[in-house]
Amino acid sequence: MDFLNAIILLLNYIFIPALTYGSQLALGAIFVTLIYGILRFANFATGDMMSFGTMVTILFTWYFQSIGISLGVLPTALIAIPFAILFMIIYMLFIDKFVFKYYRVNKSPPVQLAMVSIGVMFVTQAVVRIIIGPSDQRFFDGEKFIIKAREFKEMTGLNEGLALKSTQVLTIFVTIVLVSLLFWFLNKTKTGKSMKAYSDNEDLALLSGIDPKKIVMITWIIAGILATIGGALYGLDKSFKPFTYFNNMLPIFAAAIVGGIGNPFGAFLGGYVIAFSEIFLTYAYKKFFMYILPESMEPESLVQLLSTDYKFAVSFSILVIVLLYRPSGIFKGKVL
Amino acid sequence: MRKNLNVIAAYSIMMALIILVGIFQSWNVALSIFNLCLISAVMTMGANIQWGYAGLINFGIMGYTALGGLAAVLISVDPVQEAWRAGGFDILMCLWLIIAMVFAIRFILKNFEKSKFRTYGIAAIIVAGIVIIRITAEPGIEAIEGVNPAKTGFLGGFGLPIIFSWIVGAFFAGGLAFIVGKVALGLRADYLAIATLLISEIVIAIIKHEDWLTRGVKNVIGLKRPAPYEVDLQTTEWFINLVEKFNSGKLALISNLADRQAALNQMVIEGSTVFVKLCYSGLFLIVVIILLILTQKALYSPWGRMMRAIRDNEEAANAMGKNVVKQHLLIFILGSAIVGIAGAMLVTQDGLFTPGSYRPMRYTFLIWVMVIVGGSGNNFGAILGGFAVWFLWIEAAPIALFLINFFTAGMADTHALKVHLIESVPYFRYLMMGLGLLLIMRYRPKGILPEKIEIK
Repeated sequence: MDFLNAIILLLNYIFIPALTYGSQLALGAIFVTLIYGILRFANFATGDMMSFGTMVTILFTWYFQSIGISLGVLPTALIAIPFAILFMIIYMLFIDKFVFKYYRVNKSPPVQLAMVSIGVMFVTQAVVRIIIGPSDQRFFDGEKFIIKAREFKEMTGLNEGLALKSTQVLTIFVTIVLVSLLFWFLNKTKTGKSMKAYSDNEDLALLSGIDPKKIVMITWIIAGILATIGGALYGLDKSFKPFTYFNNMLPIFAAAIVGGIGNPFGAFLGGYVIAFSEIFLTYAYKKFFMYILPESMEPESLVQLLSTDYKFAVSFSILVIVLLYRPSGIFKGKVL
Repeated sequence: MRKNLNVIAAYSIMMALIILVGIFQSWNVALSIFNLCLISAVMTMGANIQWGYAGLINFGIMGYTALGGLAAVLISVDPVQEAWRAGGFDILMCLWLIIAMVFAIRFILKNFEKSKFRTYGIAAIIVAGIVIIRITAEPGIEAIEGVNPAKTGFLGGFGLPIIFSWIVGAFFAGGLAFIVGKVALGLRADYLAIATLLISEIVIAIIKHEDWLTRGVKNVIGLKRPAPYEVDLQTTEWFINLVEKFNSGKLALISNLADRQAALNQMVIEGSTVFVKLCYSGLFLIVVIILLILTQKALYSPWGRMMRAIRDNEEAANAMGKNVVKQHLLIFILGSAIVGIAGAMLVTQDGLFTPGSYRPMRYTFLIWVMVIVGGSGNNFGAILGGFAVWFLWIEAAPIALFLINFFTAGMADTHALKVHLIESVPYFRYLMMGLGLLLIMRYRPKGILPEKIEIK
């Protein structure tokens, strides 16, 4: 029984939150990696583009709520997301046409493009804050829990409860569907394969008749989809605040690089690597040991490797270690 | 003279703008803008040395700024004797342990061949070291943080004049830069940018949460000052006389003696804040001028030529026998040290250290906007960038307010859109920065005052 309790404890406090957080990071990391692989620059506007997508989702959600459309137990935001994606794609293509295209055509060095993306970051951040303000926005509605901790305890008779939030299940489910679709697209369709070719060797791809304009456009469209869904899922699960989204850019970068930048599958796994290590290293295991060890050996301290204050620092340290020993990432990067 | 016409023109416009603020808003505002412009200029010079001279991208400016600020705290605050008695021994023990760990690793690195075994050995030493240090430090840290937590709760500093911290801050930042440089400098440009950004976040996390050293988010307030206090000035004879002399024309117009005294008192209060700010301006100006002379000399020295050669063609410079790795590390340390000075200056001016206020937007990306806008590779450009961008950053809100009122003049004051826009005035500064950066990058990619190399 104690053993079961210990497992439920880990599931509830480590496994499910980490899986959710990892999914959210993974979507962002794939976004970063796609832009890096095909457009060849580190996009510092990542976090703010995600917050822009989320903002549009929130505005649509509020609109739908005001005219009385809802999905019952599911959050209304799910209807709003497709509209937001459409809007976001237009925004991405607009930015590309007026900002990034010039430097791409002139074959500017990647550093210059990264600097330009900082300009985009400032502008996007300003637009988001001017439209929706800098404060917290909650836009979740519908059923909050699938299983409540108390119900679970009553059901199983265990000491430890297992709470399963609907947003957690939603996040994991949507991520798996979206990522599978994306990998199918990249590996099986002609356009996807030409994207890989373009990322691998631009000159050869051009020689074999691949249209770069189309590739770039599709990249931005996919990026728009990923940014909106990733951002909206994070916002549903936690809450929407422009500053948090800007900060999330850092673990997302870490995930993309740990997985091998330019490699979408690596980025996908990188998200989970970062999320799990953050939560594993900062969780206090005292209760866990109380369950599995005999009473005489119970630990007195919290048995916490690092205090939760260092959550972010963990992912950054992992990044530094990876950069030192395997700069191309765990899964060889640089190729789509 | 002719060649430098654009430099002189740009600086004259900048000074005129600040003076206009003095006339139309107040001299107090103008001077605080000017002081922060000077600090920004120092930071920009640091970043410019790395980016403009050597092409190294450093997105960790925030971390070095914070370390400079930490130096200001550690130098100027009086030591907390009680805390030292409570936990000083444990902390010193940890310091020895860290030193021992570093030497052990160095010993292994030197005396063993590179192998998997060695890598694992080093990893084991580091992990074991961290665990031992944590166990040793824990009681000490708890004891220190328990000493009068509302007021101190940390070890304090050395109780020296705060001005020394400007030098110590440079050493702190340079030391960090040495470690970061050893770790990250071999990376490609955009990797380096991300790595430095994340390392600076780690530094901030440590400063924020190691309360025994920095008081963390509880902030350190009331730091010593290199300038006199306003309250003291207001009661000092010579200062009152000075203000009286300065404003004798205005005072002579008031005939009533009591009114005249009241007016004088008001002037003394105003004058004292302006005087204190002027003191800071003087100190900062000295730093800026010294750094400007040094950096200019360096730029036109053989060393500067070598740096440019490395920047423009690393392989060629390497082939000519220049040690690229060593020079990169050197310039990374120098630039970061300058940023560290600026960090200490900033805390000195504010008189308080607030770890929570270090955010990448303000201390990393804004500085980069300054470098790019001003003109990378040109020291005068970098300083101008610091001035222009900081001026715009502060004055963006009034400008935005004016524009909003101008464009919505036809709407009623209660119109929802107008109210919403006026509420969000503070965020227009991000918009202006972003648009400014994008426009400069597009139409004047070398900045307002581009780099120009004269062969003398």
